[in-house]
Amino acid sequence: MATFSTNEFRSGMKLMLDGEPCSIIENEFVKPGKGQAFNRVKIRKLISGKVLEKTFKSGETVEAADVMDVELAYLYNDGEFWHFMNNDTFEQLAADEKAIGDNEKWLVEQDVCTLTLWNGSPISVTPPNFVELEVTETDPGLKGDTAGTGGKPATLSTGAVVRVPLFIQIGEVIKVDTRSAEYVSRVK
Amino acid sequence: MTKSVPQDWRPTASRDALVARAKMLASIRQFFAERDVLEVDTPAMSQASVTDIHLQPFVTHLAAPGQPAQLPLFLSTSPEFHMKRLLCADVGAIYQLSKAFRNEELGRFHNSEFTMLEWYRPDFDHHQLMTEMSELMQLILACEDCDRISYQQAFMDCLGIDPLVASVTQLQQVAPDSCRDLAVRETDKDTLLQLLFSMVIEPQIGQHRPVFVFGFPASQAALAQLNTADPRVADRFELYFKGIELANGFRELQDAAEQRRRFEQDCAWRAANGLPQAPIDERFLAALDHGLPECSGVALGVDRLLMLKIGAGDISQVVAFPVDRA
Repeated sequence: MATFSTNEFRSGMKLMLDGEPCSIIENEFVKPGKGQAFNRVKIRKLISGKVLEKTFKSGETVEAADVMDVELAYLYNDGEFWHFMNNDTFEQLAADEKAIGDNEKWLVEQDVCTLTLWNGSPISVTPPNFVELEVTETDPGLKGDTAGTGGKPATLSTGAVVRVPLFIQIGEVIKVDTRSAEYVSRVK
Repeated sequence: MTKSVPQDWRPTASRDALVARAKMLASIRQFFAERDVLEVDTPAMSQASVTDIHLQPFVTHLAAPGQPAQLPLFLSTSPEFHMKRLLCADVGAIYQLSKAFRNEELGRFHNSEFTMLEWYRPDFDHHQLMTEMSELMQLILACEDCDRISYQQAFMDCLGIDPLVASVTQLQQVAPDSCRDLAVRETDKDTLLQLLFSMVIEPQIGQHRPVFVFGFPASQAALAQLNTADPRVADRFELYFKGIELANGFRELQDAAEQRRRFEQDCAWRAANGLPQAPIDERFLAALDHGLPECSGVALGVDRLLMLKIGAGDISQVVAFPVDRA
């Protein structure tokens, strides 16, 4: 079993805590002039996504999580699983609904996503920061309005709903930031 | 092959921060000159070391003519023992601005070498020394007069528990979620008290003006005398401001036999827990045996004081080259 000492802690390190793989967000060394040193650590639980704080005595060791990130291209959804492929080895992996979470609406065929694997199985899927999707439904824009005041909702081909400027029409392809679900630009 | 050129040769502190540091050191020296406290300069390397189980000194070796075997030398974790030897030699009120070195300490508020201001006042008790220190804080930080709260009261206010009578189980139960896991597997009372103090109390106290916390438990007396009225607590104090621990002071222990007993207790703990043995400073104990005048002393982290003065969030902003660029 691989372990890490608190002295090795740094952000991004993957640990097993409460039986769940976690990623360190922040690590702070806290030591009174006279007394025990501690590490106060902010972590993200990789399965539930919960962010919480934990404290360790400096010098303690913690079990490492066998977690790795891989870049895979999205292929298709068979109704139960979402399938991804390594573009170099053509090896395929299937992610379940739990791993996909809210991100189904950002999955575009052939887009390269980051899959976090724990003991070889996907536990989370992170879409690219920007995706290009077609507008399938939106109110007709007001002629002449290009200021984009407030905008209007638009439904995209994957079902995602984002606010777009009034001049965007059905059938146009737009670029969206998946981290904030915000419209970025038109794609010509 | 081209030789790679280090890109991190530049200082981490701005020129403004370096100017503020120089001015602050000048103000400190003037403060003590006006009070007739003598500036001294004691060794950074010592043949003996501290036994404190939470301090890990750096060790080097002296190889010199007439020195048959290499002599271990410990980099000073504080100038306390040397300064007390001066007090025992009747030098009177003294202060020192010096580098202290502590291994295994690195973080936002820690650099493994740092600047310490330490001073001793014969015939002062710890409350008189707190008063003088409050004057220095007001001079440097332009803050209000420092508050004072007992260690016991701080626990009562922040956690609703009396630290002097609470059981290990009770201390475990008041730990917040962020340190619950650690608290429930920790069985040492002092470690639990330090955990709760660092994680719960320290962030709450002294937010608007600095606060002295005095009367630490006797089990955390270090080099302080026990309180004559209530021997459950030691005449030890610390100073906190805006979540930062600035200083630690004592009404100094004079009893050489008691001091030796505390050192030996540390050494036994070190042996039982696989820490390196620290040679007891016999010259310091001999000086105590000769006689330390009734006095109080305090050590203050100068880099942290400067962080507060200029509003820096990381110690690297106030030192020219932190250890990773040294």
